Amino acid sequence: MNTTTRNPGPRSVLGPGTQAPDFTLRCTPDQSVSLSEFRGQPVVLAFYPADWSPVCGDQMALYNEMLDEFQEFQAELVGISVDGAWCHGAFAKQNKLHFPLLADFEPKGAIARAYGVYDEKDGTCERALFVINPDGIIHWSYVSPIGINPGANGILSALEDLKVQRGTTVAT
Amino acid sequence: MIKSLTLPDPDRDHIVGSTEGLIKLLEYGDYECPFCGETYAIIKEIQRRLGDDLLFGFRNFPLTNIHPYAEHAAEAAEAAGAQGNFWGMHDLLFENQGALEDDDLAAYAAELGLDETRLIREVTSDVYAPRIREDFKSGVRAGVNGTPTFFINGERYDGTRDLEHLLNALTPQSA
Repeated sequence: MNTTTRNPGPRSVLGPGTQAPDFTLRCTPDQSVSLSEFRGQPVVLAFYPADWSPVCGDQMALYNEMLDEFQEFQAELVGISVDGAWCHGAFAKQNKLHFPLLADFEPKGAIARAYGVYDEKDGTCERALFVINPDGIIHWSYVSPIGINPGANGILSALEDLKVQRGTTVAT
Repeated sequence: MIKSLTLPDPDRDHIVGSTEGLIKLLEYGDYECPFCGETYAIIKEIQRRLGDDLLFGFRNFPLTNIHPYAEHAAEAAEAAGAQGNFWGMHDLLFENQGALEDDDLAAYAAELGLDETRLIREVTSDVYAPRIREDFKSGVRAGVNGTPTFFINGERYDGTRDLEHLLNALTPQSA
């Protein structure tokens, strides 16, 4: 079954080996998170189109159940959409999410653009995943068709691969 | 150890139907998930129609933050399984999705003629939590992205979850 068809799009999604653009975004109305804070550990960036849309709910709800697995890799998970911090707060509360949702809100979609995953037509982020290594370099990226929840298998494989690779690097 | 992420394993999973059945259906589900509840009746009808041609297996995939009763419900099904009646509890849970508190689970155990004291003790001490986590992890690696997710002969089914479409996918030669 092929559900991994690439979205045809003019944008170029940042791929492996690229420095992950740094950002500082609000996660609550009075708190911000910067990517550089996580230097030294892997980061999973999950761009998604919008709070409250049913598929997104499933995707974020799924990741929320997997925080222990991500923790096994010392990985930090953050969700990003163009929704504002107040909206994120309500969405996170409703779904009992235990990881930060960042607001790519002002200027709208700037970080999604920097990663090559902004959908100009709809004015939202695409459904895109990035695994960033502890040095801040993109290790893996994936853009899912907008209506398809990509699940978490790709993320776990990328984190495993990263762990093996770095283990090898340290050993040599 | 799970042999296959996407096929029912008669040595490990809760299965119903014939192990000789040519059609293998595996569900990853959550007892508190309304979509799983809707599909439950359809699966029953599919089992009735396909009879011994079908081997059906169920693995737990509880989304415990949005469904606060899903974990204990899954543990109750496992605990009932330890007393020889997984499917009886499975059916009662899906037929009573609005009543999944521990008291309800005990009542279902009693209704099935099981040792309800033992069942509740096992549920509240998370005896089957590791197995449920193993189910969940296998689902994640199989590509489960929500509930319910079905695998037909090892392939994820992304189609419409109604009787007609599911039957067609399960029996393609008759379509």
